[in-house]
Amino acid sequence: MARSRVALVDSGGTNIASVRYALDRIGADARLTRDPADILAADRVILPGVGAAGAGMRRLREAGLVEVLRAVEQPLLGVCLGMQLLFDRSAEDGGVECLGLVPGEVVPIPGAPGVRVPHMGWNTLTALREDPLTAGLPDGTRAYFVHSYAVPVTPDTVLTTQHSGTWSAVVRRGNRWGAQFHPERSARAGARLLTDFVLEVTP
Amino acid sequence: MTLARRVIACLDVSDGRVVKGTRFRDHQDMGGITELAARYSAEGVDELVFYDITASPQGRRVDLDWIDRVAREIDIPFCVAGGISSVEDARAVLLAGADKVSVNTPATRRPELVGELAREFGTQCVVVGVDSLRDEDGQWRIRQLTGDPDATRALETTTLAWVERVQELGAGEVVLNAMGSDGVRRGYDVEQLRAVRQVCQVPLIASGGAGSAQHFIDVFRDADVDGALAAGVFHSGELAIRDLKERLGEAGIEVRMDDPVPVGGPRTPPTTPPRIPRSSPTAGTPTSMEGTTA
Repeated sequence: MARSRVALVDSGGTNIASVRYALDRIGADARLTRDPADILAADRVILPGVGAAGAGMRRLREAGLVEVLRAVEQPLLGVCLGMQLLFDRSAEDGGVECLGLVPGEVVPIPGAPGVRVPHMGWNTLTALREDPLTAGLPDGTRAYFVHSYAVPVTPDTVLTTQHSGTWSAVVRRGNRWGAQFHPERSARAGARLLTDFVLEVTP
Repeated sequence: MTLARRVIACLDVSDGRVVKGTRFRDHQDMGGITELAARYSAEGVDELVFYDITASPQGRRVDLDWIDRVAREIDIPFCVAGGISSVEDARAVLLAGADKVSVNTPATRRPELVGELAREFGTQCVVVGVDSLRDEDGQWRIRQLTGDPDATRALETTTLAWVERVQELGAGEVVLNAMGSDGVRRGYDVEQLRAVRQVCQVPLIASGGAGSAQHFIDVFRDADVDGALAAGVFHSGELAIRDLKERLGEAGIEVRMDDPVPVGGPRTPPTTPPRIPRSSPTAGTPTSMEGTTA
């Protein structure tokens, strides 16, 4: 089988090294790039990111990557903030227009007695439907989350997690996937998701 | 099921090695950083904290080489503490692959640092370590420069006021190190942690005093902390992470155990060697790809 070439979008966030090393560990053929031709020619595209939505979108605009990411037709995976940026809009930073590739809005996780924000740590996953990306993540699998804003359950939600409400943990719309947790820091479960993104999902 | 309580191992790092002993003197070599990180990770620890004990007292920055090696090796989150006193220090550490940075003495000297870090990297990256001791008047107050017993200073600020302040500034997590119980292994300072919990809306990590599984059970149950950190009791082998997790699970505390077996069995990762172009400034030499931990 021809190996998938993965473009890891150099979106300027601080978790890029971690995502890249996670791809190294599973033996993926990954290239860190912000070159539009590279991104559009890859078999798979991963958009990493941490931090605030406003700064994340600003970095993508400054790098000229907004239209490039909208033009990506091959499987695209947004990780953490990268997943949130796939949506129409985020309420963070007073309201930020995002990439608009998946319908919906990112909202703050409300604080509640006994529920801490940021949502930080290992939480369980529950499937709403089957998907090739999440075939290795049976209900009850734990993944590592760190975020203060989140995506409610939408028609595109594949996996959920609970923290002061039910939130999207993995989403999919067509060829666009997103993982709210950090697969690069989610031990075997994370490696399995990345491996399946590289090998299993089909355009 | 919901969010798991975290078990965190703290590794003191000096000159590229993991050491133990008092924070500043009589260091005993415990082994290589990446080897110990990989071992704890394989044993099921939820998170690691690396404390660069020489960076801060010597006024130099954290060595980035080992951070990069740890980031390549392990697949669980880790935090770096010690020697971070500016946005640029933090950026270098995060770009090398750390998930969080922890600031302590520099934040007591210049509290605005916490806000600067939060604005630049997001609150989720910013941990504030608080060294706290009860004074004769019964108040808990913070200490600075605790890495060096001769230099340690008591401050006027009460611990509760400081924990409230750092949250307003943008701390995403607080590690409360109860100095009165640190190193003596008689249990966490549950009374103090309960008080801090009342004013702490972000994740709170207990530190100082762990000597047995029961101590972890007590602190999770009675102080409602999100994580509990320990060093000596893990390093000595007295308490194995797996045994601890089992005990916690039996006590009804939500913890991360081994993942359920995936439907269709675990996937074998591809074995062909990766070809990763090394174009970024953070790239180093390729390491042990064949030893995939996937």
